[in-house]
Amino acid sequence: MKAHLLYRDRDADIERPLPWNEAALVQDLSLNTLFTAMARGDPFVFDVSRKVVLQGFGHGREAILYRQDVLRDCLAHPTVVRRLYTVAVGAMEAQKKHHLGFLARSPDSVLRYSVELMETFSGMLRALRQITDTFASAFGSDGWTTFFAMLKRELSDEYLASVQRHLKQLKFRRGVLFSAALGKGAKGDRYIIRQPPERRQNWLTRLLTQQPPSFGYTLHPRDDAGARALSELRDQGISRVADAVGQSAEHMRSFFIMLRTELAFYVGCVNLHDELTRKGYPAGFPSPAPADQRRLSFRGLYDICLALSIGHPVVGNDANADGKELLIVTGANQGGKSTFLRSAGLAQLMTQCGMFVAADSFCSSVCDGIFTHYKREEDTGMKSGKLDEELSRMSDIIDHITPHPMILFNESFSATNEREGSEIARQILSALLDARARIICVTHLYELARGLHERNMDNALFLRAERQEGGARTFRLLEGEPLRTSFGEDLYDSIFRSVHAPPVDGTVAAHGPD
Amino acid sequence: MIFHSILFRSAEDRAPDVSPVAPDYFADLNLDQIVDAITTGKEGYDLKPFFHAPLRDIDAIAYRHEVMQALEDSRLLGIIKTFANSMQAMRRHLVQSDKLRYREQKELWFLDAVEIYCDAVNRLTRDLSGEIFSSRGLAAFRDYAAGYAVSEHFTSLTGQTKDLLADVASIEYCVLVDSPHLRVHKFAGEPDYTADVEATFERFKQREVEGHTFKFSESPDMNHIEAKVLELVGLLYPGTFIALTNFYAANKEYRDPGIMAFDREIQFYVAYLEHIAAFKHAGLLFCYPRVTGTSKEIYSFQGFDLALARKLLGERAVPVCNDFHIKDRERIIVVSGPNQGGKTTFARTFGQLHYLASLGCPVPGKEAQLFLFDALFTHFEKEESIDTLRGKLQDDLVRVHRILERATPDSIVIMNEIFTSTTLQDAILLSKQIATQIMDLDLLCVWVTFLDELASLSAQTVSMVSAVDPGRAAERTYKVVRRPADGLSYAMSIAEKHRLTYGMIKERVGR
Repeated sequence: MKAHLLYRDRDADIERPLPWNEAALVQDLSLNTLFTAMARGDPFVFDVSRKVVLQGFGHGREAILYRQDVLRDCLAHPTVVRRLYTVAVGAMEAQKKHHLGFLARSPDSVLRYSVELMETFSGMLRALRQITDTFASAFGSDGWTTFFAMLKRELSDEYLASVQRHLKQLKFRRGVLFSAALGKGAKGDRYIIRQPPERRQNWLTRLLTQQPPSFGYTLHPRDDAGARALSELRDQGISRVADAVGQSAEHMRSFFIMLRTELAFYVGCVNLHDELTRKGYPAGFPSPAPADQRRLSFRGLYDICLALSIGHPVVGNDANADGKELLIVTGANQGGKSTFLRSAGLAQLMTQCGMFVAADSFCSSVCDGIFTHYKREEDTGMKSGKLDEELSRMSDIIDHITPHPMILFNESFSATNEREGSEIARQILSALLDARARIICVTHLYELARGLHERNMDNALFLRAERQEGGARTFRLLEGEPLRTSFGEDLYDSIFRSVHAPPVDGTVAAHGPD
Repeated sequence: MIFHSILFRSAEDRAPDVSPVAPDYFADLNLDQIVDAITTGKEGYDLKPFFHAPLRDIDAIAYRHEVMQALEDSRLLGIIKTFANSMQAMRRHLVQSDKLRYREQKELWFLDAVEIYCDAVNRLTRDLSGEIFSSRGLAAFRDYAAGYAVSEHFTSLTGQTKDLLADVASIEYCVLVDSPHLRVHKFAGEPDYTADVEATFERFKQREVEGHTFKFSESPDMNHIEAKVLELVGLLYPGTFIALTNFYAANKEYRDPGIMAFDREIQFYVAYLEHIAAFKHAGLLFCYPRVTGTSKEIYSFQGFDLALARKLLGERAVPVCNDFHIKDRERIIVVSGPNQGGKTTFARTFGQLHYLASLGCPVPGKEAQLFLFDALFTHFEKEESIDTLRGKLQDDLVRVHRILERATPDSIVIMNEIFTSTTLQDAILLSKQIATQIMDLDLLCVWVTFLDELASLSAQTVSMVSAVDPGRAAERTYKVVRRPADGLSYAMSIAEKHRLTYGMIKERVGR
C-alpha cells in the first residue's frame, strides 16, 4: 500500500542525503523562514518540508506537474487533507502508548505488544476508510484519485474483518499448537506454529473421526521450574509467528509513517498558502520548462521570506530573461539586489519541488542543482584568508557541479581589490558559462560588469537597481548597463543626514544588512 | 610397504624416550618459543613430544621431507585439514555425549559423532584415492585407509549409522501447549499458520523491516519439560528409540587406532607448514636442506632466526638473513664484533637450522646443507645463581667440561660468551685450551666471543664478524660476515657514535 502523493510511481525517500550545500542554501535563501511558515508549529511538518524542498533536484517537468495537481486539490479541500494527516498523526501518537520492553524481548511479549499495536492501528484504518467513502469523489488529480482508490481496494470490509479475526486468534486463548522435529542432540527444532483445530467438533464428529494417538502431561501445581520451562517451550513454538506478527505490526506502522510523511509536505504547502493569502500576497503555480531551454521570465516576483516577516507590501520584479544564461545585477546599495537574488533562488527551488511560487507568474527551466556563492561576513578561520576562503568555497562548488546548475553569486570575490576580483570572477564565470550553467550574479565589481557588458553577449542580461532622481530607491530592478558608482554616498548621506528623520521610505531598516 | 606411521618409517625410528620434556638447549636456542608457536592452537594433538625428538637417520628425515613436500600442495593440505576438522568435531561430540544427563541425548550425540567419523573416513579415502604419491608414507597410508574403508566392520558401521539417522530425522511431532497441560501427537499435516499471518499483513509493507531474533538457551542440556516431551515422543516412535540404545551400547569402540594415529601425527606437518606460511608471505625463504651424516662441509644461505622472525613479524618487519659456509678442515666459526650486532642471533640461527633439519622440516634460508648430529650442546651465559657457591668462572668450566665429556665427533657445540668473568689473560688461556679439545674431537662449533685471538687460532677456525656499515659506522646491520676479526673497526664505530674520533674531537674543541 503506497500513498504515492509525492511521486506518481515511487515512494518519497526523504531520508536520502540532502544536497551537500544544504547549509549554504538554507542560510543564503533564508529557508528557515519558509519552513517555519510551512510548519506552523508542527516540527514534523518542518522537517519533512525541509527535506522535500531541498531534495527537489533531479526530477523533470512531469514530476513537478504531478505534484502541482495534487497540491491544487489540497488547496481546494484543505480540511480533508488535514483530517487525513490527523489520522496518520493519531496512529503515531497511539503507538507511543504501547511499550515493548527492550530487555526481555520474548516471543510472547513481542506477540502481545504487536497484536495490541495492530488493534490500535486497525481503528485508524477504519477512519481512513470512512474519509475515503465520504470525500474521495471531490478530488480530481491523478495522485489523489489513485490514492483513494487504493484505500478503497486494500481496506475492503472483508479485509478489515479478516484482520479482526486474526488479531483475535493470535491471542491463542485455547493453547498453542506447533510442530517440531528432533534437532541436535534430540533438542526440539524447526518449530512451526500450526493452524489451531476447528473451533469445536461436535461429539458425533469426534466419535467418527479417528483421533491420532497422543500422550499428555500436566505440570504439578508447585513445579515452578516446570512452569518456566513450559512457557519457554511455548515461546519457542510461537517464535516464528511472533516474528511475523512483529514485522506485520512494523509494516503497518511504516504505512502510517509513510502516509504521515507524504501528507506533511502538502499540509505545509496549505499552511504557507493560507498565510500568503491572509496577507494578500499572490501565489501562482509556475510553469517549469525543460532543462535545456534557457527559460526565465517572471512578473511580480517577490521575496517570500521578506513578505512573511514584514507587515506591508513588498516590491515585485518583472523580467524576461528567456534565452539568457547570465544575469548580471548591479546598482545601488540597498537597492533590492540581494532581495531579488533570493526571490529568484526561492522561486526556482519551490518550482523544483512542485510548490506554488511568490509571483504573479514565473516560468523557468528546471535545473538539477542550485549553488549559492555569497560573500560571507566573517572569516571562518584564522588560517585562511578571506579570498582564500571564498575561493575554497568556489572550488567546492566546482567539485559538485551538475549538468544543469543554477548558480547564484552575491558580491563574490570582493575580498581583494577590484581589478583582481574582477579578473578572478571573469575567468570563473566564463568557464561556468562554457559549462552551460545558468548564473545570476549580483556584483559591484564594476570592472567585471563593464567588461562583460562590452562583450555584447547574446546570452547575458544586465539588470540594475533602480534609482530615482534625488537618490530615493524603488527596490525595483530594471534592465540597464552597469554604472560606475554604487551610490554609497547616497546611503552615507541618508544615514548621516537623517539621524532624526526616518530613513528614505521606511523600509530600509526592515531589509536588514544588504 | 606396510603402513607404520606417517612420522616414522618403522618402530626403530621412534626415539626410545619420546618425552614431553624439551632438551636442555631448547631455551638457549629459543627453540622453545618456536615449538610453542608452532603447536599453539593444536594442544589437543599433543605434538610437542614429536618436536622434542630429533631423528638419527638420514632416510628417516627423507621420509618426512617426502610427506612435507607433498603437503605443500595446497589441495592435499586442504584434504587433510578437512579431515582434521571433522575429527575435531567428532571429538567435541563425544565430549558432549559424555556430559549429558538424559539417555536419549547421550545416544544421539554419540550417533552424530559416529556419523561424522564415517563421513570423514569415506571422504578422506575418496579424496586420496586418485593421488599419486612420491611420498612413501602417504602412499602407504592411502592404501591402509582404502583397505579400512571397505572393511566389513566399517561399512556395516556406516550403514547402521545412516539408517538410524534417517529414522530419527523422519520424526515429526506436534505439541499443544495450554499451560499447565501439554500434549504430544504425530504431525498430521496441520497447515502453517505463520504463512497465513504474513500474507494477511503483507500489503502494509513499505520496505524490509528488521526481524526479531529471539535468544533461546543454546545449551545442549535439556530441562525436565523438554525431556518429558522427548519421552512422550519416544512413546510415539518406540522402535527408533530402542534401536538407538542398542547402537550406543554396541559401538563404543568404533574408532580405528591407525586412522586416529594418522589424524594426530599428520598435524606435525600441518602445524609446521602453517607456522612458516606467514614468513613466506613476508618474503622470507625456506628450503629442504641436504642433510649429511659424513661430510662436515655445511652451509646455509639467507638463513634467519625463526623465533626472532616471529617477533618481528608482529612489528611488520623481517629479520636480517645471514650466510655461512665451512668446508675442508674448517670446523669452528668464531663470531666476534660489536655487541648488539647480531652475534647471538647468528649462533642461535646455526643451532635452529640444524635442529629443525634433524626433525625433517624445511629450514629458514634459500639453500642449506646441514650436519646430522648425534647430540647438540649449548653453553650460553647464564645469570649467576646464588644457590651454588662456586664462582661463575668455575661454573663455566664445569659446564664446558660436562659438554666435552659427552660430545662425540658427530656432536655440535654452540658457545656464547664464556669466560667473561675473569681476566683477559685467563680467558685467552682457558679458551685456547677448550678450543684445542674441540679441535681434537673434530666437533662442529659456533663460538661467540669477545676474544679476537680465537678467530685465527688454526686452519680449523673461521672468523666471522658482526658487520658495521662503513658509510654509517654507528648503525648496526645485524649482518654477520666472514672476515678477519679486527677489534678496531667496531671500537671506531662506537667512538663515532659518541663523536669521539680524532677529527670530531678536534672539531668540537676547536671552537
